[in-house]
Amino acid sequence: MIELMQGPHVPLVFAAVAAFCVTVYVLADGLDLGVGIVFLAAPREEDRDLMMASIEPVWDGNETWLVMGGTLLLAAFPAGYYVLLPAFYLPIMFMLFALIFRGIAFEFRLQATRFRFLWDIAFSAGSLLATLCQGLILGGLIEGVPVKDGLFAGGPFSFFSVLGLLCGVGLVGGYALIGAGWLIWKTQGPTQVFAREIAHAAVILTAVMMALVSAWSPLAVPEVAARWFALPNLALLAPVPLLTAFVLVALWRGIWEGPEPRTLLLALAVFALGLVGLVVSLWPYVVPRTVKVWDGAADPQTLAFIAVGLVIILPVVLSYQAHAYWVFRGKTTVHASGYGAPH
Amino acid sequence: METSALAVGLARAQFAFTVGFHILWPTLSIGLAWFVALLSVLWWRTGKPVYRDLMRFWMRLFALGFGMGVITGIVLSYEIGANWALYSRAVSNVLGPMFMYEALTAFFLEAGFVGIMLFGEGRVSKGAHSFACLMVACGALFSATWIIAANSWMQTPGGAVADARGIFHVTDWWQAVFTASFPYRLAHMVCASFLTGAFVVAGVSAFHLWRGQHLIASRTAFSLALWLALVLAPTQIALGDLHGRNTLKEQPVKLAAMEGLWDTTKGPAMTVIAWPDQDAQKNLYALDIPHLASLYLTHSWNGEVQGLKAVSPADQPNVPVVFFAFRIMVGIGMVLLATALTGLVLRLRGRLYAARWFQFLTMATTPLGFLAVLAGWTVTEAGRQPWIVYGHLRTADAVSPVSAGAVTASLLIFFAVYNILLLAFLWFAARVALKGPADTSPPTREHRGLDRTNVESLPRAAGAFEQAGA
Repeated sequence: MIELMQGPHVPLVFAAVAAFCVTVYVLADGLDLGVGIVFLAAPREEDRDLMMASIEPVWDGNETWLVMGGTLLLAAFPAGYYVLLPAFYLPIMFMLFALIFRGIAFEFRLQATRFRFLWDIAFSAGSLLATLCQGLILGGLIEGVPVKDGLFAGGPFSFFSVLGLLCGVGLVGGYALIGAGWLIWKTQGPTQVFAREIAHAAVILTAVMMALVSAWSPLAVPEVAARWFALPNLALLAPVPLLTAFVLVALWRGIWEGPEPRTLLLALAVFALGLVGLVVSLWPYVVPRTVKVWDGAADPQTLAFIAVGLVIILPVVLSYQAHAYWVFRGKTTVHASGYGAPH
Repeated sequence: METSALAVGLARAQFAFTVGFHILWPTLSIGLAWFVALLSVLWWRTGKPVYRDLMRFWMRLFALGFGMGVITGIVLSYEIGANWALYSRAVSNVLGPMFMYEALTAFFLEAGFVGIMLFGEGRVSKGAHSFACLMVACGALFSATWIIAANSWMQTPGGAVADARGIFHVTDWWQAVFTASFPYRLAHMVCASFLTGAFVVAGVSAFHLWRGQHLIASRTAFSLALWLALVLAPTQIALGDLHGRNTLKEQPVKLAAMEGLWDTTKGPAMTVIAWPDQDAQKNLYALDIPHLASLYLTHSWNGEVQGLKAVSPADQPNVPVVFFAFRIMVGIGMVLLATALTGLVLRLRGRLYAARWFQFLTMATTPLGFLAVLAGWTVTEAGRQPWIVYGHLRTADAVSPVSAGAVTASLLIFFAVYNILLLAFLWFAARVALKGPADTSPPTREHRGLDRTNVESLPRAAGAFEQAGA
């Protein structure tokens, strides 16, 4: 087993698993962060109750992928963990504060009566802030972090970049789009109409910001430009932006017609393509432009130990998470029990 | 790299505060998860509505605590990398997989089934709902197991060697997970969670008994909780004794700080109370009982126990902190044992539900388990200092190269946010707890005439009884 973990291909496999976890996190938590982002725009209290109820049974499982991603990074690519986390100290801390408020709002909102609007604000603002922080981290990753002697060597604000801001706003649009797609599928009546309307705004924001980020990254970071615009890469990679544009157009045209899950599925496809673009820009680094996946991986015996769990347990996890979605399939109705709606 | 004492102090303060705040919620949710699982199985197997009422009631309180645990736990998994980069670099090969396995085996299990547990009644069968409750309870236990394996490795490292750069490499996974102190620490913590949960249930039930409401449900829960306490309190003390003797063997300096023992002594006395003066390296105002410590530590009259002075003052923990925290923990343990025994005496005399002073006493014990858990973790964590990995890596050499300003800012925000959260939790939990379970049990007839047990809910209860029978 340990011998098996010593080949040069091994870090690639673990990088793929890590990328998979990040993808699942972004797609799954994007859904409930997105519902949070559009939450306050909903016109009626009933809409908000329904929106919250639609994600209540699954948000916790979605957010657990964030912990999974963090711990997998520590276990498989420790260099990524102990360099990147200090590098993005402030956005990570503020993302955590935001997740605290939006997470606790799920429970406290239903308990509250007079001050329910405060928890509405906590939920929505928390979702928005967490998303912006994730964007700042993403932008900072593309720009690269200062490293000296194998440790982060910048200041508390060196994470900040214009690219990060652009990524943040783009993620807000993208998550809102996923959230709206989810609501179109899971709700009906006026709430569904609201979701379709907000999906329009989200598509526009997402498309504009994706274009801006794609234009800005190669301008700001020469390595990214070299990666995308050198031949033959240009020809090989051209399908990624073209396909993205195609999916965005299909999204735009399908909001009011076609099968209900369509908007959600296409929104997820846009994100998947965006992540492919990100991998192209960053490959093969754990810490951008400093530590490659082969240099940042953990000991073979450590990788062997975690491989066992990943191979056996990850499929089980995926299957019972899918089962949880299946139990709560169909259109959402407002619950009478659980977190404690007064009965 | 030179890191200032200030940066270390700030990072320690932040971690102590956030981890101390966090541990309250797992303590509550491990205990309550198993209690709810027990109730759901009882409801499934017996069909008595009182178990359903209690299950729904305690599930709601569990949900509040569980949410607090999830969000404060996510903070920790990122704080370790953000504030303790050099520690992360040194131990990632050993502890990284344990944290990952915690996410993989525990968090996902909880998250995957907690939705069905809280919202699934009616959507899935009673048996499947019980299964979901059990899975959540198992998840809580697995989580504790991995985290305590990681913590125990920091206390009594094994199965790994450090290279020239101070980075640990695992040589034997079995030894790295099952370290010398792991079984004792795990048993002591899990039992603490159960015991704390038992007294929370007893305290809340006592409130309703005192108010004379929800009597059938409250009597059932009160009785169940006190039976559990009667088993768990002595068990916990026995486990604590075993854990203490393991500490004597593995971390003698910590044990000496717990006992307030400065000089290596044959047949040491037990210091009931004193003021340990670390500068003078001796106790002031000590009240000692000769040979007692020797009896419970070495099980002999004249056993030798190593004192604090066996190491230089720079290698000693903060003795007063460890010393007093230990006394708070043990004192609370004794109070809880006495309460459980009093409950037994009252039960044997047939006065368990009648003695109003005992209802007040149990209400007062509700928060004690949490205080004991905080005190116990203070003993073991402060007692490990100045080491972060005992005997290998000093806490001062483990912090991140981040600015003191950023740590201070986040510490202050954590402090504000967590206090707001705590107040909101107490407000909402108190509202749920004081409102009490629903009364859908049919009124019972006791000795004379119609008992008043559930009389206020007679009409509702009659309807629910038919429903339950159907």
